[in-house]
Amino acid sequence: MSAVLELAGLTKAYPGVVANDDVSLTIQPGEVHALLGENGAGKSTLVKMIYGLVKPDAGQMRFLGQPFAPAEPRAARAAGVAMVFQHFSLFEALDVAENIALGMEDPPKMRDLAARITEVSNAYGLPLDPSRLVGDLSAGERQRVEIIRCLLQNPKLLIMDEPTSVLTPQEVSILFQTLEKLRSEGTSILYISHKLEEIRTLCDAATILRLGKNVGTCDPRVETARAMAEMMVGSALHVPERKPHETTQVALELRGLSMAAPSAFGTSLKDISLSVHRGEILGIGGVAGNGQDELTGALSGEMPAAVGQLWFEGQDIGALGPNERRALGVLAAPEERLGHAAAPDMSLTENAVLTATTRKSLARRGFVNWRAAEGYTKEVIAQFDVRTPGPQTAARALSGGNLQKYVIGREIMQEPEVLVVNQPTWGVDAAAAAAIRQAILDLAAGGAAIIVISQDLDELMEISDRFAALNEGRLTPPVPAAGLSVEQIGLMMGGAHDLETAHG
Amino acid sequence: MITLEKRPEPSRVWSWATPPLAVLLTMIAGGVMFAVLGKDPVEAIRTIFWDPILGEFAFYYRGQLLVKAGPLILIAIGLSMGFRANIWNIGAEGQYIIGAICGAAVGLAFYPFDSFIVFPLMVLAGALGGFLWAMIPGILRVKFNTNEILVSLLLVYVAEFILASMALGALKNPDGAGFPGSRNFRSYPSGHNAELMAGTGIHWGVVAALIAVIFAYVLFARHQMGYQIKLAGQAPRAARFGGVNPSRLILFCLGMSGALAGLAGLFEVSGPAGQVSIDFNVGYGFTAIIVAFLGRLHPVGILLAGLLLALTYIGGEAAQSSLGLPAAAIQAFQGMLLFFLLAVDVLTNFRFRFGKREVA
Repeated sequence: MSAVLELAGLTKAYPGVVANDDVSLTIQPGEVHALLGENGAGKSTLVKMIYGLVKPDAGQMRFLGQPFAPAEPRAARAAGVAMVFQHFSLFEALDVAENIALGMEDPPKMRDLAARITEVSNAYGLPLDPSRLVGDLSAGERQRVEIIRCLLQNPKLLIMDEPTSVLTPQEVSILFQTLEKLRSEGTSILYISHKLEEIRTLCDAATILRLGKNVGTCDPRVETARAMAEMMVGSALHVPERKPHETTQVALELRGLSMAAPSAFGTSLKDISLSVHRGEILGIGGVAGNGQDELTGALSGEMPAAVGQLWFEGQDIGALGPNERRALGVLAAPEERLGHAAAPDMSLTENAVLTATTRKSLARRGFVNWRAAEGYTKEVIAQFDVRTPGPQTAARALSGGNLQKYVIGREIMQEPEVLVVNQPTWGVDAAAAAAIRQAILDLAAGGAAIIVISQDLDELMEISDRFAALNEGRLTPPVPAAGLSVEQIGLMMGGAHDLETAHG
Repeated sequence: MITLEKRPEPSRVWSWATPPLAVLLTMIAGGVMFAVLGKDPVEAIRTIFWDPILGEFAFYYRGQLLVKAGPLILIAIGLSMGFRANIWNIGAEGQYIIGAICGAAVGLAFYPFDSFIVFPLMVLAGALGGFLWAMIPGILRVKFNTNEILVSLLLVYVAEFILASMALGALKNPDGAGFPGSRNFRSYPSGHNAELMAGTGIHWGVVAALIAVIFAYVLFARHQMGYQIKLAGQAPRAARFGGVNPSRLILFCLGMSGALAGLAGLFEVSGPAGQVSIDFNVGYGFTAIIVAFLGRLHPVGILLAGLLLALTYIGGEAAQSSLGLPAAAIQAFQGMLLFFLLAVDVLTNFRFRFGKREVA
């Protein structure tokens, strides 16, 4: 039987960067093929070419033995390629069936479609009610909508881009059972991830990309995770080390913090209590959309808290705005780098003024001292190894990892008493992620109290002293992180998060 | 195949080059329009752009240039603050009218009292009137999240009715033999915004416009408020994270643009127009929107754009009288300017890529 997909010498160049350089790979029928690589390694470009979103500059594709050059995603779908994107394209105000109908060429009658959705979703162990509003669904359930949208097309090849980043461990195992079933029916899967353990459990083959080149194909069931990581990075991995430190007095305390959701599909915070000590890192896990953004906003001062709910060293800071909290030493770094933690079109120097004005005295009597701002920016760039032509570069011109290093560095170099970071290493390459984690550990060792909100459990286990989980706006009581099992964490995160499974 | 491709950073060259390019394209398209109307396009363009500055009767037009440019620049500077922050005051015309009425009312109340204090009081009242009129959309937006575009625009029509009522009622000249319109400030030196240097067209409004340009330049380049305005316009979430209070910013931007528009109205009514009449306003408040964008919301750009637009006004009038071009054609010509500017603006953030290799 011939291969499902063969790529030969695919090349795609953008101005200034070769995203894919002579990449070849072959996917067999019923194979789960992993595509591994750091951010910026060219994984996205490669799958976009397969899905018809980007045209290759050179090279050939063959699909089921036929030459394959989809001009647009519609052509790729018609040929039998389906894709589940990392970022969902769903309308929150429409229900499941309506959302699925929107993505179809020739949608059947709503009633027939709803019946098909129920049938397919049960067959693959992903129960889903077609009449529910997408806005009310959890991230895991939204992903099911996307997957079922793909399965209704009976694809020969299913592309999945980082599917587990929004799932609890239990949801991951449900997803894997679904993928196993698809594999047993002969559907091939191209699975993009940088989570090596997952790939070792699920995949039959792995292609590793580095700087746009195929640096090797291996059998992930045989190879160690470390060996694959080093192929990905191209050098030995630096593992963050923690210096011994002791946790002392309480710096930040939340006493029953409750807050209404800021928007219709936001999450309200419900009776959150916690305390963070100096020198301690509190890790907060949870599936995306369970109140992470709202909690960050409440702590940064973007959303004021009610009287008596938020305390810093014995002072009620709930009513203080972001800059008043910065003056006290309570700093934050939100998840969304472009547009929230930094203004995309502004230079790095201008972005330094965004948060560092108060503590770094970058303004006098209302007038900005641009020279001081540039000086501080240069310090951050040097200290945190931010790769950029200079402080005048616009934030949006930096890669995700470099901008994240800048954002974290900008806060850490203000010597905070309390630092709240949301998703510090999201979409950041392994080397940069290690550097950021090390900086956070060093800051804690210096006596700051730190809250790390993240969906990356490995990261939280690596750096946290205590762990808690957010679930629908509620926080579990924090417990010591050492010795927590994956099952315990999953239960804290809300188990399968109200999802039932039909795998039995 | 031609494709548009987003630039990693906005192009500095193009952000300066697009306004002249827009002017050029307007001349070409406008020329075509004039030709279709049966006029010699070269002659028309020359009448509009050349004659007022360097033509035979330029001595008459040159003074007019600053008289027209002054209020345009003053209003546009105010508008640019809001526009940068995505706060859309479309009703500067209304604030201009109310400022003029308030300032003139103060002056007329003192008539015939002769003191140096009268004119400064009129200036204050003019600014305050415009400010308060702009506070209506401002407070409605902050308290009830209404759309300031609609509210400020509709208030222009309210202001026009108030103006008519004032010109025919409360402010009507008691010695005017029943004619509509207030007393003329030319006959009341203490309240008259006279030409400061004969033949130049410079009056206090022009001086105020220059001060506003400098003030806005410093505000945007150096001050935290200018930074916050820019930040709120580009990235509202980042602004909130940076500690910007959105309500305060809305009130500041609307209030500032209202006050400057009110000032412009007062200087106009007490100077070039001379009296409160039903139709003393000639749409500066709307034209200033074009000026603000043509000047790239930058103070120096607005200064130049204000002069350019004033030129098209004067040249346009000259073209109407000497070539018989319809007034609507001149307005369409001015509108093209904004249209082309917005169109070529794409080049600041995008670039064209020609040709593309297909899959081998």
